[in-house]
Amino acid sequence: MLSVPEPERRDVAIEVRGLVKSFRMPTQRVDTLKERATNLLSRREYRELQALRGIDFDVYSGEFFGIVGRNGSGKSTLLKLLASIYRAKAGRIRVAGRIAPCIELGVGFNPELAAYENVVLNGVMMGLTPREARSRFRNVIEFAELGDYTELKLKNYSSGMLVRLGFSLMTQVDADLLLVDEVLAVGDAAFQQKCMDAFARNHQEGKTIILVTHDMATVATHCDRAILLEGGEIVHEGDPSAVARHYLELNFPGDRRPVEGVDVPISGHSSEAEIVDATLFDTEGEESSSFEQGEPVVLEVTVRATAKLTDPVLGLEIRDGDGTLMFAPPPQPLAEEGTLSPGDTVRLRGRLANPLASGHYFLSCGVGLGSGAPRPIAFRKNAADFVVFGTRGFRGLVELDFTAERVPVTEETKA
Amino acid sequence: MSATERRPALEEIRGPSAIGGGARRFLDLLRLTSVTEFKLGYHGTVLGFLWSFARPLLLFAILLLVFTQVFRLGSSVDNYAPMLLLNILLFQFFSQATEQALSSVVRSESVVRKMQFPRLVIPLSVVTTNLLHLAFSLIVVFAFILAYGVTPQWTWVLFPLALFALIALTTAVSMLLSVIYVRVRDIGIIWAVGSTALFYACPILYPINFPGAPQQFKDLIMLNPLTPIFVQIREWIFDPNAPGAVESTSGRPWLLLIPIAISIAICVAAPIVFSREAPRVAEEL
Repeated sequence: MLSVPEPERRDVAIEVRGLVKSFRMPTQRVDTLKERATNLLSRREYRELQALRGIDFDVYSGEFFGIVGRNGSGKSTLLKLLASIYRAKAGRIRVAGRIAPCIELGVGFNPELAAYENVVLNGVMMGLTPREARSRFRNVIEFAELGDYTELKLKNYSSGMLVRLGFSLMTQVDADLLLVDEVLAVGDAAFQQKCMDAFARNHQEGKTIILVTHDMATVATHCDRAILLEGGEIVHEGDPSAVARHYLELNFPGDRRPVEGVDVPISGHSSEAEIVDATLFDTEGEESSSFEQGEPVVLEVTVRATAKLTDPVLGLEIRDGDGTLMFAPPPQPLAEEGTLSPGDTVRLRGRLANPLASGHYFLSCGVGLGSGAPRPIAFRKNAADFVVFGTRGFRGLVELDFTAERVPVTEETKA
Repeated sequence: MSATERRPALEEIRGPSAIGGGARRFLDLLRLTSVTEFKLGYHGTVLGFLWSFARPLLLFAILLLVFTQVFRLGSSVDNYAPMLLLNILLFQFFSQATEQALSSVVRSESVVRKMQFPRLVIPLSVVTTNLLHLAFSLIVVFAFILAYGVTPQWTWVLFPLALFALIALTTAVSMLLSVIYVRVRDIGIIWAVGSTALFYACPILYPINFPGAPQQFKDLIMLNPLTPIFVQIREWIFDPNAPGAVESTSGRPWLLLIPIAISIAICVAAPIVFSREAPRVAEEL
C-alpha cells in the first residue's frame, strides 16, 4: 500500500487552478430587520475571510489523495468546493467523472425511517436512480452487517451502526471520485479495517479517493500523494510521509526545525567534553526525524573529549513537547578502556524501541564522569528532535504491551 | 449519463445551484422526499393514511356547526357549507405549504451544508407534500359536494385551472420565502401575520358580494392575488349565478389586472431570486 508516488503521468481526475474562496463575515451579525433598519445609514461592514488563497493542484485518476491541514487551514472548504457545496470566488475546478456529492457519512438520513427507505433515499441523493438504489439495498445491508436490523428505525441505531450504513452506502454508489472527510476514526476497529479495505478495493478498482484527515498514519500508509494546507495555501505537496511530518511540525508552533541544540554550561567543566553531533536514523539507516508509531528510532551521538576523562558516560533523555521526561536510559559508558584522552572522538549508536504516542519529542544528551552517579560535565539540551505520527488507537503517553481475550464466565458470577 | 464512459473528460464544476446534479436526479429526489414526507405526516397514528379523509370530515363538521348554527352566515349563500370546506382546504394548502417552505431550507441545514443537494427540491417537496394531502382531501370534499346536493355543471372541468393558479402561486411564494428566510429571519414572523391577513382579505369565509361590505373593503380584497381564484371557484363549482372574477370588480374590470400582475410578478421573481441565492445558502446558514 505504501506506494511511492508514481513517476508516470496519469490522467488528471481533478484539476484545480487558482482556486480562491472567501467568506464575507459581517463584523456584526445583522439578522433582523430592526438591525438592518438601524444600520441602513451606517454602511454594513464586512470582514473578508480568505479561506483559500488561490491554490493549484492535480489529482490523478485512481489516486488515493490526502488533504491534511490544521483546523481553519481551509481543507474542509476545499472539500466543499470539490463537492459543489460552495461556489468558488475565483479559479476553477475541473473534474473527470462523477464525484460523490457527499462529504460526510449519513447526511440526509431520516431517523424516522427504517434502513430500506433511507438507503433508497440516500442512494438517490448520491446519484443513483431509485431502481438502482433499491436493487443495491441487499449489498449495502450485507456490507454494513446490519442484516438483523433492517426493520429498525434509524433513530434506534447506534452511532456505529449509522456510520456503517452510511459508509456501506457510499461504497455502493457509482461515483468515480469519493470525497471522504474524517470518517475513519469512527466505528470499532474491525469496521475501521473494513472501511480501509473497502477504500483500498475502490482504489484498486481505479476509483479516485480524496481523503481529508487528521490521522497522519492513514495518510502515510494509504495515500499516494497528499497536500498540506495552511492558512489557505498549499505549503507542502507530494510524498505523504513528508506531508505527515510537516503537518506534525505545524502542530508544534514555535519549534522551527531543525532545532538548535543548546549547550548548557556546567560550572567548572565547560571545556572537558563536547557533544559534537546527535543524529536520528530510521532502521534502514536513512537520516530521519519522523517516525511512525512503533518504528524504532536509531540515534547516533558523537562526543569529543577535550581533556582526559575517566569513566565517561553518555546520558540521554527523551522529553515531550511539554518537557515531561519520557525516558532516560541508564548512563552508557563511552570509553572502552575507561578513559578518554583529549582529542578522542567516540560515537555511540543506540536503538530505541518506540512505544511513544504521536507528538514531538526532544533528545537531550549529557556527558558525565563516574559510573555510579555520574558528575555532569557537558549537556546539550534538545540536541535532536523527532516527531512520532500515527494513531494506534491507544491513549496515554506510551503504548504498553497489552492483549485481551474473551474468557468463559463462571457459573457463580452469572448467578 | 456520462458516468458510464470509460474515460470521462474533464468538466468544470460550477458549484451548487437550484437544480444542480441533473434533471433526473432532481425529479427523483423531489418525488422521493415528497412521498416520504407525506408518509411521515401520519407516522405513528392509529388511523394512518385514513386521516387524509378523516381530517377534512372533522373540519367540515366544525365549520358547519359554527357558521350555520352559531353565526347563521351560511343561510344567505347557496351551498355555503361545502363551499366553506373547499375554500378552507384550498387556503390551508397555500398557508401550510408556504409556512413550512419558509423554514425548509434552514431546517435542511445538514443536507445543504454537507451534500451537493439541489436546493430547489427542498421548498418544492414541501409544496408537493401538501399537494398530496390536498389531493386526498379533494376526493372527500367532492364526495361531500355531491352528497350535499350540488348539481354538477360543465364548469367543474374548469376547476383544475383555478387549482393550477393556486399551485403556481403557492410554489412561487414558497420558493421566495424559503430563500429569503436564510438571510432575513424576520420574514418568518412577517409571514405568519401576512398569511393570516391574506386569509381574511380573501373571500373564504364570506362571499365576495357579502351584503353590507363597504366598497373600499371589496376593492382591497380584489388586490389579493388569491381572491380571483376563490371567486372563480365559487362560480364554477357552487353557484353559476354568483359573481365571477370580472363581475366582482364592481364594473371596473381593469381592477383585476392588479392581482394578476402581482401573481405574475411573484411567479417571475421566484425562480430568478431563488437561482441567484441558491449557490450561497450553504454559506449563509
